[in-house]
Amino acid sequence: MTSAGLEAILANARPRVIAALVRHFNSVDLAEDAFQDACEKAVRTWTDDGVARDPTAWLIVVARRSAIDGIRKSRRRVGLLEAAASVDEQPDPEEELLLQLDQDELRDDVLRLMFMCCQPDLPLHDQLALALKVIAGFPVDNIARAFVVQPKAMEQRITRAKKKAASVATRLETPTLQERARRLNAVSLMIYLLFNEGYTASGGDTHIREELCEEAIRLARLLLMLFPAQAEVMGLLALCLLQHSRRRARIGEDGKLIALEDQDRGKWEQSAISEGRALLEKALRHGRPGAYQVQAAIAAVHCAAPASDETDWREIEQLYAALEQLQPSPVVSLNRAVAMSKAFSAEAALRHLGSVADSLSNYIYYHTTLASLLAETEQFDAAAAAYERALQLGPTEQQAGHIRERMRFCEKRRIKSAPSVG
Amino acid sequence: MQYAILIYGIEGVFDRLPENEQERAMEKHRELQRELGEQGALGSVARLMDTTTAMTVRQKGDSVLVLDGPFAETKEQLLGLYIVECSSMDEAIEQAKKLPLEIFAYEVRPVGWGGGTLAQPSADA
Repeated sequence: MTSAGLEAILANARPRVIAALVRHFNSVDLAEDAFQDACEKAVRTWTDDGVARDPTAWLIVVARRSAIDGIRKSRRRVGLLEAAASVDEQPDPEEELLLQLDQDELRDDVLRLMFMCCQPDLPLHDQLALALKVIAGFPVDNIARAFVVQPKAMEQRITRAKKKAASVATRLETPTLQERARRLNAVSLMIYLLFNEGYTASGGDTHIREELCEEAIRLARLLLMLFPAQAEVMGLLALCLLQHSRRRARIGEDGKLIALEDQDRGKWEQSAISEGRALLEKALRHGRPGAYQVQAAIAAVHCAAPASDETDWREIEQLYAALEQLQPSPVVSLNRAVAMSKAFSAEAALRHLGSVADSLSNYIYYHTTLASLLAETEQFDAAAAAYERALQLGPTEQQAGHIRERMRFCEKRRIKSAPSVG
Repeated sequence: MQYAILIYGIEGVFDRLPENEQERAMEKHRELQRELGEQGALGSVARLMDTTTAMTVRQKGDSVLVLDGPFAETKEQLLGLYIVECSSMDEAIEQAKKLPLEIFAYEVRPVGWGGGTLAQPSADA
């Protein structure tokens, strides 16, 4: 077994093992240290004897023992050697735990750990940082890089967040059905936001952002593995996979984002698209639509179009209409307006946009959308004014360049269409 | 005689390997597929999607249940399979040994009966 193989197995077992240990010890720090210890023992044992049949069970038992020994040792001041011996003399840990490890309990342990990380009184980035550190085992330096923070400051934030989360964790008993549903919702949202953190931001370290997306996908997979009949978790995983399938086409060689209609669709990862579609199909069988499922369906319609101008915009418009019902928000209405302009007409889209003008008055994408619809209906003065407003809202350099180009176009058309004097 | 080579491993581990190790493992698969293909001994080969995409159909009383998830929750999951033509179990085991052994295990099992176009060796074999 190469060290990379061992590392992969240990990293894969981490969320479950940490979750079981946090319940056992009621302490995240103790759980993390015990896991680290168990991993070191695993590397020593498995390199020669082969990997345990159930790495998760093995790690949980060994970690528990090493933590208990650690506590005893610090109480009795037993020498290191003696403590190590007491671990090695125990019977095969795997066999012991196979009898004890209750899958349902482990399932709620993982959910509890995830839920602990997404306490609403923690700022969003602290929630995500905590999840990345504790559940996924990301090094603090990488988390700091992902959120563009100094490692030292990130370390302090995680420590604070851990303390806050720990005070919540102690109160988390085995959940009732309603409580479990509430936790699933909160955890799904956290995974969704983690994915978006990696997906939507432009610039910075693209490699680390991709890692955030991949970790979000892993967490969604884990959640679905533990709760296999949750349609919205299927929808969430499908959504992440379908969006992630476009990652190779989304960013140009210059590091700039490429709009959906300009992407080389040959670079979309077909295996991720197929898996996303399979999951979405499974979710729809439940007949319980939800926001993740609808968003995944929208992504799936985009992914199904061999070329941008073959996109089924009517279907997308209907899906946005459904999303407006399920999860009303001005941005969803804006997206629906865009779909309307493609499916029906710019006039219909402008009418729909009217309802969100106030709530989106500081949103760049609202003004650029409005401007392009106005230009399409040959209202060039109004279009230029909307572009002007977008420029005032601090667009990125790339956006600003695009906006100025469009403004020049409107200016030219305005002159051309103006009645000639004399 | 046809043999099934069933690939088992812990789901999610392969994805965590560095890219070069993934590539090395896949190359072993491609090599075996090439070799078996040239001998006309490759029945079919499949990589299965994650068990989270699976559904299970079973009867309960008078009704048929369609459940989300794999047939059984196991520590190692069925990840893929080969159907190969071999002269003996020994030979089938030798073929399985050519596949990446690091994080996978292979169940080699004789096929009792096989049919369908997908399970057949190519027509010109």
